[in-house]
Amino acid sequence: MTEARGPKKLLVAVCMMIGVWLLAPMLVVVPMSFTDRRSLSFPPEGWSLQWYRNFFSEPQWYEALLTSLEIAVLVTVVATFLGTAAAFALVRGHFPAKAAVNALLLAPLVVPVVIVAIAVFAAYLRWQLSGTVRGFVLAHTALAIPFVIITVTASLRTFDRRLELAAQNLGANPLTTFRRVTLPLILPGVLSGALFAFITSFDEVVVALFIQSPDVRTLPVQMFTSVTREVDPTIAAASTMILVLTTALLTMFALARRQEEHVH
Amino acid sequence: MAATAARAEGPRGSRTGGRLAALRPNRWALLALPALALVLIAFAYPVFDILRRSFTEPVAGFDNYRQFFETPAYVTILRRTFMTAAIVTVVCLLLGYPYAYLMTIVRPRWKIVLLAVVLVPFWTSLMVRTYAWIVLLQDTGVVNDVLDAMGVGRLSLIRNTTGVTIGMTQILLPFMVLPLYSTMQGIDRRLLHAAEGLGAPPRTAFLRVYVPLSLPGVTAGVTLVFILALGFYVTPALLGSPQNALLSQLVVQQVSQLLNFGSGGAMAAILLAATLLLFALVSRVVRPSRAFSSLGSDT
Repeated sequence: MTEARGPKKLLVAVCMMIGVWLLAPMLVVVPMSFTDRRSLSFPPEGWSLQWYRNFFSEPQWYEALLTSLEIAVLVTVVATFLGTAAAFALVRGHFPAKAAVNALLLAPLVVPVVIVAIAVFAAYLRWQLSGTVRGFVLAHTALAIPFVIITVTASLRTFDRRLELAAQNLGANPLTTFRRVTLPLILPGVLSGALFAFITSFDEVVVALFIQSPDVRTLPVQMFTSVTREVDPTIAAASTMILVLTTALLTMFALARRQEEHVH
Repeated sequence: MAATAARAEGPRGSRTGGRLAALRPNRWALLALPALALVLIAFAYPVFDILRRSFTEPVAGFDNYRQFFETPAYVTILRRTFMTAAIVTVVCLLLGYPYAYLMTIVRPRWKIVLLAVVLVPFWTSLMVRTYAWIVLLQDTGVVNDVLDAMGVGRLSLIRNTTGVTIGMTQILLPFMVLPLYSTMQGIDRRLLHAAEGLGAPPRTAFLRVYVPLSLPGVTAGVTLVFILALGFYVTPALLGSPQNALLSQLVVQQVSQLLNFGSGGAMAAILLAATLLLFALVSRVVRPSRAFSSLGSDT
């Protein structure tokens, strides 16, 4: 260690403060959800589970959660399939204007989402897709595809194609080769793409605000309206559950990935 | 498949042959079509159409753009948007640089902790974090309680630009730290020792050797944060106020409240032009997808 001790201590202290500041918001939400009164005051003075009860008894909350889950699962499936296929085309294919196709497929990542939101809103008014699950899935999939393409492309680039040739020389047909050789090796990339896709859709607020209807309304939209309208700690309960869900997903993902590394 | 293509080109696959092959689609290319179709329908066409309408509604021409730049309130909003994005970016860099640097010099176990501290907020719902900042920053919130106890007194931290900046900085910091970290991780620290061995004081060695080597990460992080900050909607809408709106809020207001697609489209076009210009400038320096892929690979 050639670091001077003084500066390093200062660095550690500064970074600890940054760390607290990064985590503070999450740490606040959890106790807030167990408060016993309708207020934003922190820390809560008394405790109760009433906001969780409220969440599961008020249709506007639990139906929003179900809608969000339904849309996010559909988006995950569609975006993972389409994105993975496109990644194969971009890595292994050759066709005219490949760079342009690549740029177009990644563009939803770069264009500010508020622009996508008004654009989709205007188009959906004409196509009558506003307030439909189909419309949500379509728009969210476009936003999620770039993440799948990026993660799968990264796996494919480091993939040794001689393994496929070896499998085929040993008599495997192309489908078996894909299922038994290619897919397992690129699976970490596919899975992290799927995770990105799920969270992209599950979290998405801006497009959702524009294409929602009273019947099809996602959880982030319900939270947004709740924040702007009233002081309702139900949102803290919703937030806590989202935190738990995300953490569970990420932990499962990390564990699956570690196991994957053990296998190979 | 690839073999047939190669045979068709002839055995001496010259450079022109290779170029011709690149123009002739192979079977893999078909796999891009479904994704391409979806992105065209649900993204490219709608965006193109809203931009087109900015030149045609209510009358053909550049009226919407002229009106935007001739309305002082709008120009103020445009300037405020760039200022806020710049402040957020600078603060993120000032906080992110030492943080990413510490990640590269601590033991592996601590590195995982530091990484987790960045990734947890990164994966946490934007709405959850924005709501949490409302709780923290409100006039009777925890932050004000602490400031009051310290003798600073209560400050107005919400429904103004301060609140927006604090919230946005926290939300965007991971986008600065991750590219910085992935660049710094690749810097050979022996170069620092070499510089010191040649007589440079540690600070000079750091500034003249380490900082230049970390610049690709800085560029990637700064661009990501600035671009994301320019288009931010949710946090400014909830932590700010209509009196100090940003461009994204103006766009939403034009379209959702006034149903004015022409002028909303023009504002969107201005925002998009700024974003793409920045992106084009920077992608000459670093490959943007690298900055993004570092987000997924470290989880």
